[in-house]
Amino acid sequence: MTETASTTTTAGQGVGESARRPDAVLKVTGEFAYASDLWLDGMVWGVTLRSPHPSAWIRSIDVGPALKIDGVLAVLTHEDVPGVKFFGLDRRDQPVLAIDQVRYQGEPVALVAADHPETARRAAAAIVVDYEVRAAVTDPRQATDVVRHQPVRRGDTFEAEVVVTGEYEVGMQDQAFLGPESGLAVPAEDGGVDLYIATQWLHVDRDQLAPCLGLPHDKVRLTLSGVGGAFGAREDLSMQVHACMLALRLNRPVKIVYGREESFFGHVHRHPALMRYEHGATRDGRLVYVKADILLDGGAYCSSSPAVVGNAASLGVGPYEVPNVRVDATGVYTNNPPCGAMRGFGAVQACYAYESQMDRLAEACGLSPVEIRVRNAVSQGSRLITGQLIDAPAPLAGMLRDLESMPLPEGPPATDLRALPGGVSQTTRGEAVRRGVGYGVGIKNICFSEGFDDYSTARVRAELVGGEPHVTVHTAAAEVGQGLVTLQAQIARTELGIANVTVATADTAVGSAGSSSASRQSYVTGGAVRAACEAVRKRFDGLPAREALERFGPIEETREYRHRPTYPMDPVTGQGDSHTQLALCVHRAVVDVDVELGLVKVVELAAVQDVGRVLNPQALEGQIHGGSAQGLGLALMEEIQVRDGLVLNPSFTDYLIPTILDMPPMQTKILENPDPAAPYGLRGAGEPPTLSSTPAIAAAVRAATGLRLTRVPIRPEDIALFNNGEVSDGKRT
Amino acid sequence: MDFLRPTTWEEALAAKADRPEAVPIQGGTDVMVELNFDVRRPAALLDLGQVAELRAWGMVGGFCRVGAGVPYTTIIEELGGPLPGLAQASRTVGSPQIRNRGSVGGNLGAASPAGDSHPPLLAADAVVEVESRDRGVRMVPATAFYLGVKRSALEPDELIRAVHVRPATGPQYFSKVGTRNAMVIAVCSFAIALHPGERRVGTGLGSAAPTPRRAYEAEELLARELDWQAPLDPALLRRFGELCAAAAAPIDDVRGTAAYRVHAIGVMARRTLTWAWNDHLGRRAA
Amino acid sequence: MRVNGAAESLDVEPWVSLLDALRDRLGVTGPKKGCDQGACGACTVLADGVRINACLALAVQYDGKEITTIEGLATGDDLHPLQAAFIRHDGLQCGYCTPGQICSAVAMLAEHRAGMPSAVTERSGELDEAEIRERMSGNLCRCGAYNGIVDAIKDVAGQEAR
Repeated sequence: MTETASTTTTAGQGVGESARRPDAVLKVTGEFAYASDLWLDGMVWGVTLRSPHPSAWIRSIDVGPALKIDGVLAVLTHEDVPGVKFFGLDRRDQPVLAIDQVRYQGEPVALVAADHPETARRAAAAIVVDYEVRAAVTDPRQATDVVRHQPVRRGDTFEAEVVVTGEYEVGMQDQAFLGPESGLAVPAEDGGVDLYIATQWLHVDRDQLAPCLGLPHDKVRLTLSGVGGAFGAREDLSMQVHACMLALRLNRPVKIVYGREESFFGHVHRHPALMRYEHGATRDGRLVYVKADILLDGGAYCSSSPAVVGNAASLGVGPYEVPNVRVDATGVYTNNPPCGAMRGFGAVQACYAYESQMDRLAEACGLSPVEIRVRNAVSQGSRLITGQLIDAPAPLAGMLRDLESMPLPEGPPATDLRALPGGVSQTTRGEAVRRGVGYGVGIKNICFSEGFDDYSTARVRAELVGGEPHVTVHTAAAEVGQGLVTLQAQIARTELGIANVTVATADTAVGSAGSSSASRQSYVTGGAVRAACEAVRKRFDGLPAREALERFGPIEETREYRHRPTYPMDPVTGQGDSHTQLALCVHRAVVDVDVELGLVKVVELAAVQDVGRVLNPQALEGQIHGGSAQGLGLALMEEIQVRDGLVLNPSFTDYLIPTILDMPPMQTKILENPDPAAPYGLRGAGEPPTLSSTPAIAAAVRAATGLRLTRVPIRPEDIALFNNGEVSDGKRT
Repeated sequence: MDFLRPTTWEEALAAKADRPEAVPIQGGTDVMVELNFDVRRPAALLDLGQVAELRAWGMVGGFCRVGAGVPYTTIIEELGGPLPGLAQASRTVGSPQIRNRGSVGGNLGAASPAGDSHPPLLAADAVVEVESRDRGVRMVPATAFYLGVKRSALEPDELIRAVHVRPATGPQYFSKVGTRNAMVIAVCSFAIALHPGERRVGTGLGSAAPTPRRAYEAEELLARELDWQAPLDPALLRRFGELCAAAAAPIDDVRGTAAYRVHAIGVMARRTLTWAWNDHLGRRAA
Repeated sequence: MRVNGAAESLDVEPWVSLLDALRDRLGVTGPKKGCDQGACGACTVLADGVRINACLALAVQYDGKEITTIEGLATGDDLHPLQAAFIRHDGLQCGYCTPGQICSAVAMLAEHRAGMPSAVTERSGELDEAEIRERMSGNLCRCGAYNGIVDAIKDVAGQEAR
């Protein structure tokens, strides 16, 4: 049933090489078992009834009509939750099933299990919920319920020769992984439950699940099934409790699979943001101060909003030296869809705003976009606005110079429709096409911050199999496509000199690995695997592996790995060493814009990123491309449109993600300035490109159009209607 | 639910006459989405995939008669010469996978204002051949076919058999705005067809009103004022764009605002007329 | 129906999609459900060699037809050249779109060999990068592995050309 990630490879490829993914053959042959592919004889199907209203009292729920339908096995409401009725990553504020009220459209209200998914869907529709609709808070500016307010205060000079101000907005982005939420819960003979699930963090799922099920932790066992993309959206629980509740109630395996539409309601999104910035600088473009107000709409429940707010605050001015700072980052509760983790996590929104400001400052000072950034760039020895010393290499100025010196692509095509904005939809044959070039810089914290006990666990076993040395690496770390299983095997080969490595399926039979998020797994799980390998190697007693294993028999060691501790931000001043590692990425975007119709073709993206040490060149390249593509999506097309708390476009026909024709070729330059504190000197790499590609593309579109464009995604009308002299959000420069 | 699977056109008509509530299905592009999303579960499905003649095209009475089931891929491959506007529109439908199954007949049956084939059919004066067992054939001009959002002149006992389009006698263009560079439903679209023999220009607007429609006033303007021998008068071109835009009556929705659609129709009208006119003059000069 | 060379007989309700029939009735789970409305391409399979979205096809419409899914491309342990190329060029991350991408690419190369035009009729010539992108535009990849996908297909197309 679970032919998934447990894989063996004999390729002799270690750290630093483009080792092949051990799961690649399964993935290209269709054999890799994603959570939605799981099947057990006798299993039944669970379906969730969700609220159609963003805010309402529930007067009553009548499950009778659903129970009358043939094939329906159970209908559950909050009254059936066996244990604690709330869950949440940071605060347990989210009901497993709605209790007396709903706070967002799509909130789970009841569950149905039936012998066929369609029966379950019909039964869910037959449940009668009597709602008393009430006013919904949907404008974050009107919201009074604050999740977290984090100020950052530094210096007291807020006057300067050159001042630029701007208001910016970021729409709600969705992770839009291609494999919707899915899981299979199997009741166990010991009264517990086994859950096969696509998730980013098995142990924190269990920490939330077990209390809700009223079970001790050891009776709730999770195994990672194939994960069809994550990008933050699988850090929170979706159907985990629901599937287990139904399985325990029925004593039968229960599978829940979301469809695409339900997926849009089934996970948190990237926080939309409203931001106001004021930058003061000397006439020659050196930053004197930055004031920033960052308002993040957290939606109906807390999720990871506090940490998102923390990142927005501490990284709110970007990788620039700023002596005087007043930053206020605030997350609020509303009746909009809940928001939480997405690649870039709190650093994306601010990055769009501060980079837009840097371009405006460059213009005000008569400097090029590269020059203004170089003049203010941090470097090793600089301090963040939180007072934290950047004690590892941070060669931003050099990265920008490298980027600037990369060759530019050829000019706009004459007539090849395939290369023009709009493509073969033939909106232009060259008319009104203007080229623009823009730059963007991003800084992202790697690993969890602000004092979180952030660690991973690895168990490594060396033994002879058929007379050959063989290593098994076992962690709970979630492979979500980033290539973590590849890396674990590479580390084992390098550290133990043994080619045959199996990476066992991730589960809760081993200690926590933490989340596959915050670009942290290479660092933390990589560190744990290396530490466990070192412990195994020590027991070889200096002998070659084969001899040692012949003499001592199988050797197994388990190690936990922690990065350097971090500390909370001061609640009043924001000061504190809140991050353990920082990563930089810079992007240059070249775009062709049909300025009359507002359509954009990204011609090329170029990126320079410092990763400390390259562990797998090919996988790294993939991460940079992928992050850049998602940043491109935010810049030009991706937005969950919410009106009065209702999602208007929960489908792939109307929530658009980049196609192969939208993603341009990329030039990349990778730098390796090691971080002495990190395993192998590595620096987390998955998120930074997501930050910097968005502002680079926005800047390029501005360069092409001459418009200010203070909102992403940039919509065609923001360009076209403005040029036409009609109303638009785009403000004139 | 019943599944009706005629193998000849006569059987298909009989099935539809006996079961007018049966939903015809060909490529599945529209019907399958409704089935998959539980939007509807009709009492019967009428699969037209076995009726081979629907996937054929030929010349009939000076018209190109395109069977309702001819996939977009075939139109792109084989009909780019006689029906350039429709072929260009076909290229922009969905994805290569959808174009392998989807057909003009399906587009007409769904009658979505966003359907890509409607504007070129309107611009080229296409006629839709519909038929019922009991009442025979009706030839419905495209202009009379679209009645409202997802509503057409098709009667419950009728099936769409073919569309008849006169082979192009002048340049034709199709242009479609979408918010990404592939696989996108039209924000709005525009088609133009020059009919030099009649000194007339046909237009078609998509996703710009409750139904696909022509910009009659714009067409009349050109019929009145266009000098078919001369370069295009910029003032006339601008007025043509304005009148096409004025013919639009769009709404604000998730894909775009009404104001943008009106604007974009005007831009596409000017550009496509310019391209067509350049071709026309080039062709005459050649 | 023949699925990957084997005759399969099944009794399905008329409204069941080919995708659901393959996945839920026949246990052929290579084709993936990403959107169920033809907007992502993850369910792409070959029907008598033609690439289609299995979610937009009724199973009953394919009575008697030959369906090839990702599971049917390799010969024993020998991967199809495109499967091998996707691995070599890392044209995947999470892999959820990969079965559809590869099936789509197999048919795309065949379409090109047969002289089928893409979006631009007058160009059915060279299968360069721009043309590969044009012809692969029906398959989304959220991980953004597009450039690896292009390289993999270019590699195989080049081998065929030689």
